[in-house]
Amino acid sequence: MMEKTAVLEQFDVYGIRKDFPILTRTVNGKPLVYLDNGATTQKPLQVIDAIRHYYTELNSNVHRGVHHLSQLATDAFEVTRHQLKGFINAAHDHEIIITKGTTDSINLVASSFGSAFVKTGDEIIISAMEHHSNIVPWQLLCEDRGAVLRVVPINAAGELDMDAYRALLTDRTKLVAITYVSNSLGTVNPVREIIEAAHANGTPVLLDAAQAIQHIAIDVQALDVDFLAFSGHKMYGPTGVGVLYGKEKWLDAMPPYQGGGEMIKEVTFEKTTYNELPFKFEAGTPNIEAGISLAAAIGYIQDIGMDRIAAYEHGLLEYATARLLEIPGIRLIGTAANKSSVLSFLVDGAHPYDVGVILDKLGVAVRTGHHCTQPLMDWYGIPGTVRASIAMYNTREDIDTLAAGVQKAASMLV
Amino acid sequence: MTINEIQDELIADFAFFDDWMAKYEYIIQLGKELPLIDAQYKKDEYLIKGCQSKVWLHADYRDGRVIFTADSDAIITKGLVGLMVRVLSNHSPQEIANSELYFVDQIGLKEHLSPTRANGLLSMIKQMKLYAITLQAKTT
Repeated sequence: MMEKTAVLEQFDVYGIRKDFPILTRTVNGKPLVYLDNGATTQKPLQVIDAIRHYYTELNSNVHRGVHHLSQLATDAFEVTRHQLKGFINAAHDHEIIITKGTTDSINLVASSFGSAFVKTGDEIIISAMEHHSNIVPWQLLCEDRGAVLRVVPINAAGELDMDAYRALLTDRTKLVAITYVSNSLGTVNPVREIIEAAHANGTPVLLDAAQAIQHIAIDVQALDVDFLAFSGHKMYGPTGVGVLYGKEKWLDAMPPYQGGGEMIKEVTFEKTTYNELPFKFEAGTPNIEAGISLAAAIGYIQDIGMDRIAAYEHGLLEYATARLLEIPGIRLIGTAANKSSVLSFLVDGAHPYDVGVILDKLGVAVRTGHHCTQPLMDWYGIPGTVRASIAMYNTREDIDTLAAGVQKAASMLV
Repeated sequence: MTINEIQDELIADFAFFDDWMAKYEYIIQLGKELPLIDAQYKKDEYLIKGCQSKVWLHADYRDGRVIFTADSDAIITKGLVGLMVRVLSNHSPQEIANSELYFVDQIGLKEHLSPTRANGLLSMIKQMKLYAITLQAKTT
């Protein structure tokens, strides 16, 4: 306990908040309390400045021109790739594919890995707590290939049933695609065990790290994960850019995802040969300013240190959990032993939508609804939840305002 | 009363609320008080799916007037649904089809008709009008 308190004190959250200009604004006449970080995080000045710098100093297409600006833009774009490589400890820069976001990354694997390796009767394993982005691409693939989707069940706390998972792994399993951190429950899945079991079965693993990358230090080589997908905008970076990490051996063995410029080596009407990694998977002009300014977001996180961020957020989540549980009639959805950043809850007798409307009036931004995890909500037999999701700039005062707001909502609605 | 007279009356009523909380308490009260729809109509056939809250809408045509009944699983949505029904129900298809719902904006509840709210309210109004337009086409 002493240790945690010490970390909370060391961590200069008020200093960090100064880097995020939006946090000083008001909403409905109240100071903004932003607790919808699972949907997207706010951006520090460093990122905002990088976007401005790009358009005032660098704007030019990448990987194409011989002229000076194009070279500068290309260099800056590749700096991001290199920084991403270091951030997740990939073995090579070319294992980092710059995409539009997590959804795009997962669709890329479903399409390209699917067409190379998935046949009729094969199976893909996902879990009951997946975001629609990690369900629907696999459903489309399964429909297309005549393959079968298998779903790992969860327990009432929102933890994966690992025995059921192991039982699902067979020689028909071609890929395991599972979320690292659940966006609706906050469950941190035992990814090491998941990967080890899959590899023992000769099966590669894709991790949806959309809700993990900003909260947990990730080392893809230590995890030995085959694919990792995440988004820039959930890690304090710009929207419209994301990452697919893939092991070189898989990316080399997969056909291109989309055809177009940049991904080709030579085009004739008879045959086109493809560019090498990573460009084989990066058809068309990318979101250049987002790609370049993502480096500023990564730098920001690295300067503070992911371990310190994780420790601070963990303490704040514990505080928030305790505060919310003081409220009569509250029910937490997702009570896994290992959780990160997300507090999903219901107030007895109140629809989550109504709670969200009242909280909004009080300046508190939360997400309500099914959080793009309808099968999970159906499993719990609920229409949705109220979700508060924290980031490194949230404070105990934010949590206090949330708790008071939930109490207010309960008194009005129930 | 005409549709616009009812709207004006609501605007006058809401002018008495001096803060958002009193206004929402009133809407919540409306939602709690009104058993809006017959249980037999509270099924998928009459469901308008918002992403967040559900709205059920049923329409009857009697003596040249459209009678709407509706309901929602979220109480604030239900209160707002109640307001829409109060304004639009019991009028001729022509009146409903040609109506302009200015009261929502005037009483400061416009945000609830934003598509991002995904509460089913906007779809419900569209459905009410569509129903009236269809009837209008049949009767003229």
